[in-house]
Amino acid sequence: MSAAGGSILLVGVGGQGVVLASAIVADTALRSGYDVKQSEVHGMSQRGGIVSSHLRYGRAVASPLIEAGQADVVVATEWNEGLRALPYLRPGAPLIVNLHRVVPPGACRDRLGGRFGYPPLAVDALAREVGDVRACDALAIARRVGSPKALNSVLLGVLATLVPFPDHTWREALAANAPRGSFPANAAAFDAGRALRYPDETWAQAAAAAPAPNGNEGRARGAPATLALTEPWCKGRACGICVRACPELCLAIDGRDRVAVVRPEACTGCRLCELLCPDFVITVHDTVVEAR
Amino acid sequence: MTLGAAMGGARALAAMKHVGLNVAADTFMTAAYTGARAGLVVVSADDPGMHSSQNEQDNRFFARFAGVPLLEPADSQEAYAFTLLAFELAERFDVPVLLRSTTRVSHARGVVHRAPAAGPPAPRFERAPEKFVMLPGYARDRHRALLERLAALEREAEASAQNRVELRDRRFGIVTSGIVYHYVREVMPEASVLKLGLSHPFPAGLVRRFAAEVERLVVVEELEPYLEDAIRAAGVPVEGKAYFSRTGELSPDLVARGLERAGWPAPAPRPRHAAPPTAGRPPVLCPGCPHVTPYLALRQMGAVVSGDIGCYTLAAMEPLRAMDTTVAMGSSIGMAIGLARSGGASGPVVATIGDSTFLHAGLPALADAVYNGTRVTVVILDNATTAMTGGQAHPAAGVTIRGDAAPTVDLRALCRALGVGWVKVVDPYDLAGIRLALAEAVAQPGVSVVITNRPCVEMPVKVRDHPFTVADGACIACQACMNLGCPSITWSSGWHEGRRKVQIDAVTCTGCTVCVQTCVPGAIVPAPGRSGKA
Repeated sequence: MSAAGGSILLVGVGGQGVVLASAIVADTALRSGYDVKQSEVHGMSQRGGIVSSHLRYGRAVASPLIEAGQADVVVATEWNEGLRALPYLRPGAPLIVNLHRVVPPGACRDRLGGRFGYPPLAVDALAREVGDVRACDALAIARRVGSPKALNSVLLGVLATLVPFPDHTWREALAANAPRGSFPANAAAFDAGRALRYPDETWAQAAAAAPAPNGNEGRARGAPATLALTEPWCKGRACGICVRACPELCLAIDGRDRVAVVRPEACTGCRLCELLCPDFVITVHDTVVEAR
Repeated sequence: MTLGAAMGGARALAAMKHVGLNVAADTFMTAAYTGARAGLVVVSADDPGMHSSQNEQDNRFFARFAGVPLLEPADSQEAYAFTLLAFELAERFDVPVLLRSTTRVSHARGVVHRAPAAGPPAPRFERAPEKFVMLPGYARDRHRALLERLAALEREAEASAQNRVELRDRRFGIVTSGIVYHYVREVMPEASVLKLGLSHPFPAGLVRRFAAEVERLVVVEELEPYLEDAIRAAGVPVEGKAYFSRTGELSPDLVARGLERAGWPAPAPRPRHAAPPTAGRPPVLCPGCPHVTPYLALRQMGAVVSGDIGCYTLAAMEPLRAMDTTVAMGSSIGMAIGLARSGGASGPVVATIGDSTFLHAGLPALADAVYNGTRVTVVILDNATTAMTGGQAHPAAGVTIRGDAAPTVDLRALCRALGVGWVKVVDPYDLAGIRLALAEAVAQPGVSVVITNRPCVEMPVKVRDHPFTVADGACIACQACMNLGCPSITWSSGWHEGRRKVQIDAVTCTGCTVCVQTCVPGAIVPAPGRSGKA
């Protein structure tokens, strides 16, 4: 990166220390004699949302924001967020990415289709697109050298090899900003990150990541199951067990005080209603299972 | 409180976001009449783009509406300097000052050089009913006094060093304020700029002089055409919102595109990587969040749920999807009364409100519901903190904002004192207990209150118990636990009858046991290892 100035985008998930990491980078740039501006958005990140922090340093910085295609480096503390930030990265510039995945609950919502909404850990495909990918499992490294909470410092160690800040400024900024008592763990994580050798490390990590469960193995069921009801046996409102048990809210007690299927399209065939009905009212017919 | 302090002669500053000023507006509008003894500054940050807000109103209008000076800092250095200036103006002109920030100015770091500030005056309250008691007779005089102060302030704004003309290329004259100034400097460093820091009262003479120096006058501002309208009202031809959106944030790129539409040659868009497919990541309730089970039960009951402002507003989203309205701080109970009275609700009407919001703005509506005999259920989600905004204490938390011991409001006794006949405190980690309590509550003829009593798992202390794990052989992939939306529970690589099995992340699991209670086959069991987490 140029000694005259640069733009660093730090992204990740709430709780991973993105804001603290960017405060450390800002402090390091300041101690290295630069003007620096940093702006982050972490509105609801405490609830597992996205955090992104724009940081620009130079002789005099006007706007704190980085535009698409203009980040001189992107530091991603999470895989999916690294992919999301890709349009910000200047083509040819390096991407530093943690291979630890934080899967949002929303990626596991296609109950009938079973489609996994989280992008596969395809490190080699990413390296073909970006060129300079510096990937590592920062969480595993941080845990190994002291504390899993220091994963952000591992990535700062990788960043340190790319920016023109003297070593002592990094160390001073780490000491000044790391939460009390955590400096040794963060310094060790920083050193471990800086010691990683690229691109060899990325290829080693890609090979290690390959066997991890990845994407959709294509076993989607597609169609909903169907329910057969022997209504006269149903005790209706006096019982209601199946209505409370159904994870998809498919069932209701109707005006005749008998169970009715109100959302047939959502039935995944889990059989909880069949299992729990004390009066054997419900039978599940599941084409997926019967076909096997 | 701030006004009282300033009347007592102590410098006082109240900070709130844009919608907070709506709540404070009653006092704010009349404080412009009274003024104070010592400096009174209101800092209000707008949220263009609604990163974390329910609307994106432009609070600059509040300055014009109330008749108070408006300062718009553009970065961290100005935020510091303008705060000092705000106190100086407030004391010199005897008027509250509105310091209006935006998300990008407030959520920022930059180099700040400190300056010596004048020491505060010694606090001393002097009786002056004609100034501080706004009976109509006194208020009429104070309104006239305010208009005189505004005239003096206008002269101040015309000459202020914070309203700065930077003459360069005369083809375009840009009028701007706040963070947008830096975007303009970034994308067209050669343009002439009038940067307004003290933008109300509006320095019309200065704008006219600037307009005379340039060929075209273009306003670049976020949100409403506040400056543009003022310039047009001053009779100066101007352009602005024809090129820039009235919604969302601006950015250097959007400023460049807008100025391109206005006829300024923009640099060609830079090449960039295409956006690969990614997983969406909306905010979610934390693992072990005590707010989850009431919403799980309410959705199953088919209740019409009037929500409020707090973490629990997230229960409106998948998979809980159990909130039907959320509008403003404290509005849940009043809106529930209206929903019940409308006769149009398809199920029992339930208001859900956090402990902090309830104490801040929920009490009058609950008293009203009791007084008028409306059949509503109120669920007070008492987690003993204000979690959404970072864990601030409140009057029922038992500690002050500084962490010292404080008297604690007893919510159950408070509801009883307001006349609620049926109040029940339940453990939200007891799913069956929550279901029973809510079923009983909605069957009451009048107002019923259910109070949940588990503390927030994240603040002030992190609550952690022994984590759970999924016995893979026993999981039937029914997805019942996935209905909690717990971030610790995701799909594993296993399948059962065409459905995904689940796994629990032992690092983030708090051991709250709620998923265990949803699991019919008993597949969720304590993780191996000693009880009590390291």
